[in-house]
Amino acid sequence: MNPQRYRLRVNGDVRTVETHGMARLLDVLRFDLRLTGTKEGCGEGECGACSVLMNGDLVNSCLVPVAQAEGTTIETVEGLGNDERLHAVQRAFLECGGAQCGMCTPGMLVATAHLLKKNPQPDLEAIREGLNGNLCRCTGYTRIFEAVERAVSLAGEERA
Amino acid sequence: MQEKVVGKAPIRKEGLGKVCGRAQYIDDLSLPGMIYGATVRSSVPRGRILGIDFEPGIPWDEFVIVTATDIPCANEIALINHDWPCLADGIVNHPEEPILLLAHPDRHLLPKAVAAVRVRYEELPAVFTIEESERVETVVWGTDNVFKSFLLEKGDVDAAWAEADLIVEGEYATGAQEHLYIENNGAIAVYSAEEGLTVWGSLQCPFYVHKSLVKLTGLPEERVRIVQMETGGAFGGKEDYPSMIGAHAALLAMKSGKPVKIAYDRAEDMAATTKRHPSRTRHRTAVTRDGKLLGAEIEIALDGGAYSTLSATVLSRATIHAGGPYFWPNIRIRSRAYATNCPPHGAFRGFGAPQSLFAIERHMDHIAEALGMLPEELRRRNFLKPGQTTTTGQEIREALDLEKLMERALAEADYYDKRAQFDRENAAAGMKRKGIGLASFLHGSGFTGSGERYLNSLAAMDVTAEGRARVLVSSTEFGQGTNTILCQIAAEALGIDYEAVEMGPPDTSVVPNTGPTVASRTSMVVGKLVQSAAHGLKQTLLASGLLSDRYTTADFHRAAREYLAQYGALRSESRYQAPPGVHWDDEHYHGEAYAAYAWAVYVAEVTVDLATCAVTVDDFVALQEVGRVLNPVLATGQIEGGVAQGIGWALYEKVVWNRGRMQNNQMTNYIIPTTQDIPPIRVFFEEQPFGDGAYGAKGIGELPMDGPAPAILNAIAHATGVQFDAVPLLPEDMFRRIAVREPEVVAT
Repeated sequence: MNPQRYRLRVNGDVRTVETHGMARLLDVLRFDLRLTGTKEGCGEGECGACSVLMNGDLVNSCLVPVAQAEGTTIETVEGLGNDERLHAVQRAFLECGGAQCGMCTPGMLVATAHLLKKNPQPDLEAIREGLNGNLCRCTGYTRIFEAVERAVSLAGEERA
Repeated sequence: MQEKVVGKAPIRKEGLGKVCGRAQYIDDLSLPGMIYGATVRSSVPRGRILGIDFEPGIPWDEFVIVTATDIPCANEIALINHDWPCLADGIVNHPEEPILLLAHPDRHLLPKAVAAVRVRYEELPAVFTIEESERVETVVWGTDNVFKSFLLEKGDVDAAWAEADLIVEGEYATGAQEHLYIENNGAIAVYSAEEGLTVWGSLQCPFYVHKSLVKLTGLPEERVRIVQMETGGAFGGKEDYPSMIGAHAALLAMKSGKPVKIAYDRAEDMAATTKRHPSRTRHRTAVTRDGKLLGAEIEIALDGGAYSTLSATVLSRATIHAGGPYFWPNIRIRSRAYATNCPPHGAFRGFGAPQSLFAIERHMDHIAEALGMLPEELRRRNFLKPGQTTTTGQEIREALDLEKLMERALAEADYYDKRAQFDRENAAAGMKRKGIGLASFLHGSGFTGSGERYLNSLAAMDVTAEGRARVLVSSTEFGQGTNTILCQIAAEALGIDYEAVEMGPPDTSVVPNTGPTVASRTSMVVGKLVQSAAHGLKQTLLASGLLSDRYTTADFHRAAREYLAQYGALRSESRYQAPPGVHWDDEHYHGEAYAAYAWAVYVAEVTVDLATCAVTVDDFVALQEVGRVLNPVLATGQIEGGVAQGIGWALYEKVVWNRGRMQNNQMTNYIIPTTQDIPPIRVFFEEQPFGDGAYGAKGIGELPMDGPAPAILNAIAHATGVQFDAVPLLPEDMFRRIAVREPEVVAT
C-alpha cells in the first residue's frame, strides 16, 4: 500500500500530509504535523487523552484512520486558544485546579468545549455524562467539574 | 505574621503550558537522527535461557541489538540491594523481564522485530502467591524467599491474652494495583565520548536514575546527566522503573551512537512495570468487655515480586502503620516481604500503609461487632492521645485530638442520623441496601526513621540575569504541585510576589540533590530547605546594602541584578538538619519513626444492589489534619485524587494474574473510576501548624489513599450485614458470598 496525499483543515489551516490511509489521525497530528498537544494514553479509545473535534464531533483520534479524516475540519487543544487569548475552558481549568499532571488535560479541554457548545448550561449530571469518555487519574474529577461550571460563568461574562 | 503567598491558591506554575498543549512530555520530544528502541521480554515466569534465535524476514543488519554482554559496568538497577538486573543474563525470574533490546529508525518495524526474536528456555519451577512462597517448597530468592522481615515489639503481648474478656481474630487481603498514570513510561538517551550520557525521561527521582546509570555505565558522575520532562502522573510508579527504561535507552544510545527513544505503549507499561504490593494481614487482638484494646499480634505478608527493589521500605511503612491511630499498651508486629515470580512490585502512593491500615480499620469494625459496640465508640475509647506512645514508642507531643476530628467528620457526614435511617430502611429488606462506614488513620510524613538524615538533602536558590529568584531542587512536578508550592514558599520567605519566583530546570547538571520526590516529603522537608535557602538569599542582599529593609518586588529585582553585576553570582544553599531530640533505633524499630504524622477520619456512604452486587459510593467525607495548608486548591486536589484512587482500589481495579503475568493489561478491562463513578468528595481540613515543616506544613500526598477502602468496606458491611475483608471487591466477588442467598421477604 503506497502512501497517499490527504488534506485536512486543522485549527483553521489547510494541511496536507502524505501517509498511509490507515495511519491514525493521532499520529498524523503528533508526528506529521508536530501538533503534540494531543496525547496518547491507551491507543484503544478508552481514555480520551487523544480527543479532538472532527467536523465538530468529539472523536478519539487514536481510532480514526486518516483516510476517514480526509477533507474534514479538525480542532485540537492548540486551536482552542493561546497564551494571549485563552478559551474560557482553559482559563477555568487553570483557576480551579482542573489540570494536575496535564496529560488528560488537552482531551478534557476539547471534550469540555464540545460539551458546552452542545449544552451551554449543563448541570452536574450533564457534565459527568459529557466527560465520561475522558479518564483522569490525578484529580478525582471534582476540580474538573468545578472548572466546567466556572467556564460556563466565564463564557456568560464574555458574552455579556 | 500574616502571610501573603502561603495559604493562597495562585495559578499553577506550569499550568499555562499544560492548558495550551505546549507542555513537553517525553513522547513530544524528538531529536535529529533519533531512532526508536524496543524490548524483548521473557514469556515464561522463571527459567534458564538456552538460546536466542533471530527468525528470518527481518533486516536484522539494520538493527542495533543490545544484550547483557553490552553492559559496560554493573548489570544492575541500583536501589537498596543488588539483585535487579538491567537485562536478564542467563536466567529469567518473571514474565516480561527484559532480555534484549532492539533499535531501528522505523518505529513501525519494531513490533514485528520483537515478535521475531525467539528465546528458548528451560522452564524452572515458580511461585506466584504469598502462600506458595512462604511454604518454601520452591526457593526462588535467597535461601528462604524472604526479602526482608521486621519484628516490632512493645510491652508484653503474651501477658495480655490472660487479661482479655475477648480475643478477636481476622485475616485481611489487598490486591495489586496499577498506577495507571495517563502518560506511559518513556525515555530518550544521547551519548557521545565528548559529552557523556544524557537521559531525558518521565520520572520522579532524577538522582535515582543518575545513581543507577553511573553504576551501569561506569562513567564518572559528572558525565551522566538526567533531565526530567513534564511528567504525566506518577503516584510512585515512576520512582524506580525510570532507572530501568533510562538504562535501556542509554545502552542502545551508547552502542548506536544515535539518540534513542523508548516509549512504552499502554499494554507494555501495564504488563511490565511495577504495581502496588498485594498483601495479607492477620490480626489477633485482646480486648476488654468495655472496649479497651489490651494487646495485639499482627502478622503482615507482602508479595514483593521477583526482585527486592523497594520492598524492604514498603514493608517498613506497612509495619509502622499497622496499629493505626490507636494506643496499644502491648503489641507485636511481625512482617515479611516475600519473593514471587511476578514482575517486581514497587512504590505506589501510601507505600505499604494502605495495606496495613485497611486491615486494622476492617478489624476495628470486627472487634466492635464482637463487643456489640458501635464502631465509632470503639475507636473513641482507644484513640492515641498526647503523652501516649505509638507502636514504635514515639511519644505524641503535638496537641492531637482525634476524638474531635472524628466528631467533626461524623457531623459533616450526618453519620448518626444516616446510620439510624439506613438501619430502619434496610430492615424492610429491599434489593437496595444502604450503609455508612468510617476509617480513622494516620500517615507518617517524610522518610522513615533515620531516612532523612541519610538523604542529607541540599536545596539552593539563586537569581536569574533578570533578577528573578530561582528555586534549585531535584524535587519534581508530576501533577501534585511541587513547582507551585515551592515557589510560594520561596516568595513568602523572600517577601516578593509569587510571579517573581521560578523553578530551575529538573536537570541533575544544574540542581543539587534534594532527594527523591516521594514519601509526602516535598512540602514539609524540601519546602523547609527552600524556605531557609530563600532566607539566606534575602540576608545576603540585605547585608550587601543593595536592598533596604522595606522593599518591593521591583526593588528585589533591581538589587539582585546589581548584586550579579558587582559579584558575579548570587546563590544560597540549605542542607537538611534533623530536628533535635529525635531518636531512632533501626535495629529494634523503636523511637521517632516520623518527624510528623497527618491524621484523618474518612466517612463513606454506599448503596449495594443485591440483584447486581454493584456498589455505588453516594457520598464521601474526607477530614484531615495535615498541618498548615499551603495551597488550598492543590491540597484539596490531592485529597480528591487520592480518594478516587482509593475508591478504584476498593471497588474496580483488579489485576488478573496468570502465572505471574498481568492478563488484563489494557484500559478496556482494568477499570479505573470515571466521572460517573465518583461521589461528591467533600474535603475538610483542620490546621495545626507543624513547627519543623515549611510554614507549618506536614505531608499530604499519600494520606488520602489510606482511608477510602476500609471506610467503603465498613459501609458495605453495614449495608449488607456481610463482612468482606479483601479488596478489590468487585460484583463477582460479592456475588459468590451473597447472591446465592434469597433476599429475605418480610411476611405481611
